[in-house]
Amino acid sequence: MQRVSVHRLGEVLLASLQQELTDSLAVALQQDLTGMAAAGTRGVIIDISQVEIVDSFLARVLAEIAAATRILAGRTVVCGMRPSVAITMVEMGLGLPGLHTTRSLEDALTLLEAGEVSP
Amino acid sequence: MTTAAVMSLPITSDLEIAGVRQAVREAAVAAGFSLVEQTKVVTAASELARNTLVHGGGGRLEITMLERPQGKGIRLRFRDEGPGIADVETALSDGYTTGHGLGLGLGGARRLVQEFAIDTGPGRGTTVTVTAWPRGARRV
Amino acid sequence: MTVAESSGAAAVAEFLRARREQLAQQWADLALFRAVYTSGRDIAVNAAHGLVDALTEVARDGRMDDVTVPALDQVRALLAQVIAARSQAGAGPLQVAGEVAELKRPVIAMVGRELADVNRGAALIAATDLMGTVRLVGMEISLSDEGAIVARQRQQLSEIATPVLKLWDRVVAVPLIGTLDSARTQVVMETLLEAIVDERATVAILDITGVPLVDTVVAQHLMKTALAVRLMGARCVVSGIRPQIAQTIVQLGIDLGDITTRATLADALEWALAQVGTSVGRA
Repeated sequence: MQRVSVHRLGEVLLASLQQELTDSLAVALQQDLTGMAAAGTRGVIIDISQVEIVDSFLARVLAEIAAATRILAGRTVVCGMRPSVAITMVEMGLGLPGLHTTRSLEDALTLLEAGEVSP
Repeated sequence: MTTAAVMSLPITSDLEIAGVRQAVREAAVAAGFSLVEQTKVVTAASELARNTLVHGGGGRLEITMLERPQGKGIRLRFRDEGPGIADVETALSDGYTTGHGLGLGLGGARRLVQEFAIDTGPGRGTTVTVTAWPRGARRV
Repeated sequence: MTVAESSGAAAVAEFLRARREQLAQQWADLALFRAVYTSGRDIAVNAAHGLVDALTEVARDGRMDDVTVPALDQVRALLAQVIAARSQAGAGPLQVAGEVAELKRPVIAMVGRELADVNRGAALIAATDLMGTVRLVGMEISLSDEGAIVARQRQQLSEIATPVLKLWDRVVAVPLIGTLDSARTQVVMETLLEAIVDERATVAILDITGVPLVDTVVAQHLMKTALAVRLMGARCVVSGIRPQIAQTIVQLGIDLGDITTRATLADALEWALAQVGTSVGRA
């Protein structure tokens, strides 16, 4: 089965979501990230700059990744959300509890390196 | 208002939910929706298709293009033959979840469209019909 | 004011407070609200809440049939917004007056059904007076040029592209002027979020110095915008909260959540610069 690839950059795990993400692909990513986020991982970055919609299912998967990562002493940063996605989420009443957000991948790396922001 | 049925799609797997999103996006583009308007109706369709699959045990989506003097719109009808919903008000309220999302599926979808109707009852299956218009075509 | 009148007004005030939700739900389904708040029913319910709350204040004040009491100002402001939207959509004064008059029926029906016998008579008279006043205020607005002026201004405002200013490296600001209804909020949100992408901004300032009225609906629009900015990975600060607006926010019991607020645009810029790691001395 097709999977979202996860890259390790030192102490950070990076997953870039593709444009079209099925529910099972999102769940598989959640399992992969949780499995890989062992000790020594500072955090997880999920790049959603290519993602065209975030519905309540994907929002829940992201929140659960954040919750699992937090237990393993890391933080989850979601970066690059598109304006149309942000507006739609707000209209629906969806947020991303427990997640950090940044504009760019660089900002996400800086945030995890600085390590001073509380969730 | 004139209507023309465009297409009917099966919803029996999560791959087909992805197909629903694609087809609704194309219909919204054809009706002249802005990017934000497209995103809203595609997101609503994604929520409703998942409900059809998960709670209705699968079903179909029928997409209809609408036209009135102010502009074009799209109507989406999700139909399943599942167990139906006994308490619609509760199902529509925020925070109601059967464990597959954030409890915002139906209620959230309703906030993203201009018209929302649900026909359901125990043993009757569920039909959800939503209509979306681009901004310029909303006021009747 | 006679004893019967004041007890009727008090009963209506208490009734409006207790039945706030039910009444707002019923009003939201009436033509007046449905036709204006097309982007979602809960927005209509929210607007209806605002009107119920404003009327509760009038009932507390006790002078139900006096169109000059200050407590009516909020009612007038809320109705002016709705009526302006209706007339902009092409509804004539008579049609709008009819739609405003429809607000009465659910109130009278509920008072008649739910209040105990001992209060019902006085309360029905008081409620009838109150809704008569609402109708009068509605007429006054739609017949005076006020409604048309507001509609014209709104039209002009939505035609002007919302200006987003780049104030500093990675800091953008949008000065909001005029009424912040749901249609305008959409435009502001889209423009601001696009600017955040284009300018690679990490702080967005929403300056509301030019917004004449902040009610629960406007506050909700501000919070939505702030939340969308945050989802995008930037931070949002609301500036230009004048003392009387701050007072209204407190009086209406509006919770701005964890939105950062500053009194002036200068204060907000100072906060923004600290966020992006620049410090500037101020005289």
